[in-house]
Parts: sequence; structure tokens; C-alpha cells
Amino acid sequence: MDLAILGAGDVGRSVADLAAEYGHDVVALADSTSAAVDPNGIAVQDALEHKVGGEPVGTADPEDVFDTGYDVLVEATPTTLGDAEPGFSHVRRALEADRHVVLANKGPVAERYEELRALEAESAGSIRFEATVGGAIPVLSTIEDCTPQAVTAVRGVLNGTANFILTRMAAEGLDYEHVLAEAQDLGVAEADPTFDVDGTDAALKFVILANVLADGGFALEDATVEGIQSIPGSALGLAAEDGRTIRLIGEATRDGIRVGPRLVPENGALAVTGTRNIVQIETRNAGSLHSSGRGAGGPETATAVLSDVGRLPSL
Amino acid sequence: MGDAPEPDDDKPDAEADGGVRAYTVRLELVDEPGELLRALAPIADNGGNLLSIHHERGNITPRGHIPVEVDIECPPDRFDGIVEALRDAGVNVIQAGEEHYGEEINVILIGHLVETDLSNTLSRIEDEANAVVQDLSLAAPDGTEAVASARARLAVNSGRSTAVITAIRSIGTDKDLTVVEPLVGGEA
Repeated sequence: MDLAILGAGDVGRSVADLAAEYGHDVVALADSTSAAVDPNGIAVQDALEHKVGGEPVGTADPEDVFDTGYDVLVEATPTTLGDAEPGFSHVRRALEADRHVVLANKGPVAERYEELRALEAESAGSIRFEATVGGAIPVLSTIEDCTPQAVTAVRGVLNGTANFILTRMAAEGLDYEHVLAEAQDLGVAEADPTFDVDGTDAALKFVILANVLADGGFALEDATVEGIQSIPGSALGLAAEDGRTIRLIGEATRDGIRVGPRLVPENGALAVTGTRNIVQIETRNAGSLHSSGRGAGGPETATAVLSDVGRLPSL
Repeated sequence: MGDAPEPDDDKPDAEADGGVRAYTVRLELVDEPGELLRALAPIADNGGNLLSIHHERGNITPRGHIPVEVDIECPPDRFDGIVEALRDAGVNVIQAGEEHYGEEINVILIGHLVETDLSNTLSRIEDEANAVVQDLSLAAPDGTEAVASARARLAVNSGRSTAVITAIRSIGTDKDLTVVEPLVGGEA
């Protein structure tokens, strides 16, 4: 397949870098200001070097991407809330041109799911978005294999930053601010970690899961969300007295979405440590399935994007 | 109590002969001389026949109490009276029979626990959420005036965990406390 990649952050760049390994060509790579476009395949390494070196990705305009003969638009621009723009318009333009879209951007799938599905229904192309939930972990494809109707709930840890902070607080008996500063030094937490620690990032993923289970009907505003900022180190100490620990756990069912700090058994499956993520898929006929792995990172998330590309039918 | 028989989990809890049934009552006793004898008196006084006592001396609860498991038999209509008499005598009954307090949950409360009257918070949990506070552990590393955490282990009736948690959540909202709930449901 010929890929046009919008967004040249960690994920977009990694998709470009790994595409050839998965048997695909990159015909366009764009960030918000410039683009490298070539219907015969761009020089990926040159474009990546430019981007990393702080130069324009290429000489073309980002608008030119849509005029290229691509098969799949990879939407990897930063997640935005509310109207989920400009990601949503990118998806709309590709679908209206009867192309496939693979999203790594959570915004459109969490906030405007029904509109996306309506556009898809009118298009020869389809949308896939495995990379929006749990990075490298195959979550949506597992649900697809079980069929969404047979899945009763999805629970788990889908934010590595919050999980890292809670793990360190429990292990070292330190308070939230101290561990957050350490996480920022290590590059685990961003300079502005708000969406990671207040539960928004995890909530977006569970909203997407609820949308998949119920075939739409949810947006971020429907989720009940609590963060980890008010958890003192002493609370983790108390939890440990009884063989438990605290994790930022999300739950998605057909009835709604909830994300908040919860007590879980210290040695239980959901108490993953460090930046690791885990999902528990509760099924009607097959009990619970657990998948754990890296929930973020450029190459990790890119593998989810490229697996999606591989599942698309040819146009 | 070295020769007391170990409680047998497989023992049928129904005794057909004469309409007498066997029950297990779980108590927590203060570690003081005479406490065990005092706890057993209401059983015999109310028509219960003592079958066995399992006194877990080595297994002290974080509150410093000693768990004791007592197997008794009595006619079913006398059982509630025995449990009531135990409670009237000030004995801490954790579990009585099969259907009572079959589940245990932990919650952590975070906030200005002392300022918001921790004792009242716990009473409200017992009254409004219909749970028994079995154990409480408090951590206030910055003093009782600052934000503190408390872990409460609660005995709740089987199948009532979700209702109890919902009630505790609303008590937490009232008192501006963060409630960290257990994850109920699924194989955590």
C-alpha cells in the first residue's frame, strides 16, 4: 500500500521508518508546516533527518498530500479534544476521496465516533485505529476477533506515565510531586503531564473502547474521570499493608466509562509496574483475556498502525 | 486450646437430627485474660452447644485483636439470639453463619480525615453503607492537621459490595474525601 503520513512526531516518523519493513511505500510525510511528497516514494531517511534536525520535512505544502495518489492516510497528528480538529477533517477528506484511513490520533475516534462511521459508510475506504488504544498491545483487533457483542467490559491500565508514578510512589514511599519530578527528568512524563495524571488520556482510550463495544454514543464528556494527583505516598503504604496497591484503572462497558485510582491486588494481573500497560477483556463465552505490553512510544505505536494497514482490503 | 479440633471446611453446615444446625461464628477478641471465657458464655446461655474453638493466637489483627473461630450447633431459630447476645456482651462478631458478612472489601480514604471527624465517617459507613469496620489503619505523616490516609477493611453482606461502595462514595463526596475503591468485578 502507498501511505501518506500526516504528523511527523514520534509515531508518524516511526511509521515512515518501518513502512518498508512491512512492505509498504511512503508517498507523503507532512507536519503542520511542510511536506515531503513523491508519488514514487519519498526518500524517507532524508525526510526524517530534516525533521529531527529542525529543518522542514520537505519542500511541498502539507495541502499537497491530499493530491498524491495514496491508498492509506495515516493520521498521526497530535490528539485534540472537542471538535478533534484538524484530525477529523483530515479523515473526512481521505474518506470522501475513497481512501482508507488509519488513525493514531485519539481525538476523532473518541469525540466524533458516529460521524466517522457515517463518513466511512459513504466511502469505499475504511477506518482503523488500533494505535489509539494501548500502543503496541493488540486491543481492538482482539475485540474484533471476539466480536464486540461478546465482550462485556474492558478494564485496565492505559497510561504509562500515571502507572510509573504510582509504581515509584509505592516502591519508594515518596509523594506524588517528588516522583513526578523524577519522571520528568527521566523523560517518562512530559513537561506538562496534566492529561496523563488527571486521567484524561486514559479516559480517551476507554471512551474509544466503549464506542467500539456499543457502536458509538460516547465522548470524553460522558466519562467519569478522576486523576492520581490527590494520592499521597502514605495511601500506597496503607494499601500494601493488606497486599494491595493503587493503580489508575479504567473501565469501559456499554453503559459508560470510568477512570480513577483503584485498589487492586499487589500481585494481580492489573498491577503492572513502570510504564507498562495492560488490558483485561471480559468476554461472555471465553472468560477474561489479558494483554500487556508497551502502551506508548514511536516504534511500538507504529507497529499497531502498520498492522492495521495490513488488515485493510485493497481499494 | 491445643487439642481443639481444627475446623473442617467440608463439614456439612446442616445437621438433620432434631433440627439442630452447625454454625461458624468468627470473633475478634481483645488480648486480655478471661476474654475468651467471657465471649463463650453467651453461647451456652442462649442454647448453643459449643463444638470447637479455633483460637488463632499467633495471628493478631493490625488492631491488636485475636481472631477466634467458634463452631456451635443450635436450633436455627436460636442462632440470631446467640449472635445478638454476643454483641450485647460487647464481643466483636465478624462473621456469623454463612450468609452474614460473606465478603470483605478494603477502601482507602484520603483528605482531612481528622478535621472531618473520622469517627463520624466510620459510623456513617457502618450505618449508611451497612458495613462492619473490621480494621482501620491511619497514616498521617504530616500530622493530623494535614492530609491523611486511612484504610478500612470492611465486612459486607454477600453480593452487596457495589451498593456499599456507592454509599461510601457519597459519604466521601459529602466530606470532601477522596475514596479509593477496590475494583469489583473481573479478575483483577
